[in-house]
Amino acid sequence: MSQRHLLALFSNFDEAEQVIKELRNTSIKGFDVNNDLVVKSPIEHPEVEEMLGDKPVYVQWFTLFGALMGGLLGFFLISGAQANFYEQIKGGKPIVPFPPNFVLTYEMFILGGVFITILGFLVCAGLPARRSPLYSSKVSEDQIGILVKADDAAISTLKNIFTKHEALEIQEEAGK
Amino acid sequence: MKDINEDIAWAKINKDVLKSLESPRKLYWVILAVAIAMISVAVGCEVYQYNMGMGVSNLNNPHVWGLYIATFIFWIGMSHSGTLLSAILHLMHADWRKPIYRFAEAMTTFSLMTAGLFVMVHLGRLWQFYYSLPYPNDRGLWPNFQSPLLWDAMAIFTYLSSSILFLFVGMIPDLAICRDNMHDGWRKKLYTWLSLGWEGTDRQWRNFRITYLTIACFLIPLAVSVHSIVASDFAMSQQPGWHVTSFPPYFVAGALYSGCAAIITLFIILRYTFKFEEYMTLSILKKTVRLTFAIAMIWTYLNAIEFASVWYGHDQPSKDVLIQKATGPYAPFWWGMIFCGSIVPLMLAFKRFQTNIPVLLVTSLLLNLGMWLERWMIVAPTFSHGYYPWTWDHNQWPSWVQWGIVFGSFGWFTLLFMVFCKVFPSVSMYEVKEMVYHRSRATKKLEASGMQAKGAH
Repeated sequence: MSQRHLLALFSNFDEAEQVIKELRNTSIKGFDVNNDLVVKSPIEHPEVEEMLGDKPVYVQWFTLFGALMGGLLGFFLISGAQANFYEQIKGGKPIVPFPPNFVLTYEMFILGGVFITILGFLVCAGLPARRSPLYSSKVSEDQIGILVKADDAAISTLKNIFTKHEALEIQEEAGK
Repeated sequence: MKDINEDIAWAKINKDVLKSLESPRKLYWVILAVAIAMISVAVGCEVYQYNMGMGVSNLNNPHVWGLYIATFIFWIGMSHSGTLLSAILHLMHADWRKPIYRFAEAMTTFSLMTAGLFVMVHLGRLWQFYYSLPYPNDRGLWPNFQSPLLWDAMAIFTYLSSSILFLFVGMIPDLAICRDNMHDGWRKKLYTWLSLGWEGTDRQWRNFRITYLTIACFLIPLAVSVHSIVASDFAMSQQPGWHVTSFPPYFVAGALYSGCAAIITLFIILRYTFKFEEYMTLSILKKTVRLTFAIAMIWTYLNAIEFASVWYGHDQPSKDVLIQKATGPYAPFWWGMIFCGSIVPLMLAFKRFQTNIPVLLVTSLLLNLGMWLERWMIVAPTFSHGYYPWTWDHNQWPSWVQWGIVFGSFGWFTLLFMVFCKVFPSVSMYEVKEMVYHRSRATKKLEASGMQAKGAH
């Protein structure tokens, strides 16, 4: 069965919360609330996000990897250069001196951490992204959008729920 | 005191901030013209120095660093308050920072860029700038990885690139607002490209929140390390007046101090130029002023500590440098530093001045003059009065070439900053919305529980 998108716009978070609650509590054939529902909002709103269920964030793993790799790269780059002792006479001093090398290692630790965190953010947030099938610029202004994807048969039920909760506007993707 | 209206319509926030991208007051163009004129002075001086050699700057033994390195430290210091406002206060959930942190972050980025120029100007041989970067020895350059000068290059590169990324990431939701509201043209294309297709989905916000927090956590120790490393350029040497244990915290405090003073100056200018009176409120200015006063007192204390440890120590050459500073040819500048850095900020303790815009504008400029003098008084007197009497030279002053380049650097910073504020939203729209949303909810909760809402923020 073909699927279509619906975007409903609400004037405040309370209404949007009520809609999400109802969608979670109602079993609608052809609509999976865990995978087919996206909330779009002008500000972050952890309470609404919580209602969508447990959706883990993996950015911090990128951070850990980036920071460790950055630190290791920094340390071994410098140590590799210093340990080239056939060329550089150290005069009895340590070939790889740890205290001063710590500074550059630390800077590289942070540099790697920040760069790979950004990469992780882009990957995990799905950016850069193409415009989704339905979008309203009101979402970046003051309205909360609920975008759902459902089978054709479920569309009318979803529309009824949105209308019941006083959606300001309902956009519907054209049928295929 | 009037703060941001909690009932302000979110659409109005967008409209007001977006208007700043199109129609600033005339003063904006005046500032831009003055900045360009200042830059042309610096460019002229630099071209002359490049053609004639470093001799024309009057940088010669023993004064090998001069105004260039003093001003380099000044601009590095200026960058720190962007991090303070955006990262530290973000972690502390101080929501009053929200309307002003964006321009503070921009200030961080542009002051670092300006600082970087001074390293190149000071080198003289611009084409060999890459010698200062840390890379392996295979080309026979022998970079000294144990030198704070090399750490500096790496730390500043890390700080600059991280600050740019932090600024960019924090701006993505606002860039999407610009994309959605701008008419077709180069701006719309730019915002469409930079907003990366942001639509404010729950997935995007979830990851955004963690990313922003993580980078903020990285930036705080990074900012401290950058200025500690700059302090190490001095403190790890054996020169009298520099070999002081308290230099790193002293430099960090000085950096925060000059940055906060610059935030006050820019706050006042932006507030008027871009008609941000409703967002950059006097209540926020008051908090910034109080923060500046607190940091000014920390700086004064650390200054006193430094003088006391030199005075009561047994290092006679260091003591001689201190006496030279207070009584020698640099005395007017040194006392000027004490006056501008420690006496002038006492005005900020008085409530009536904490929201008096003309007074604050003059005061913040004086504070930064004091902080610039501080950097010069760290660099020059030690060179003029080192360990060996045959190296002493109390009468070598910077030439007009040095002064011209230093003067122009302020124009360069101003130009970058003002162009940024005209192209990108200098007030964070989504964070102001968050602020008024949470404040109004808190007020409603308090009202519902029958309590009076007061001083919640």
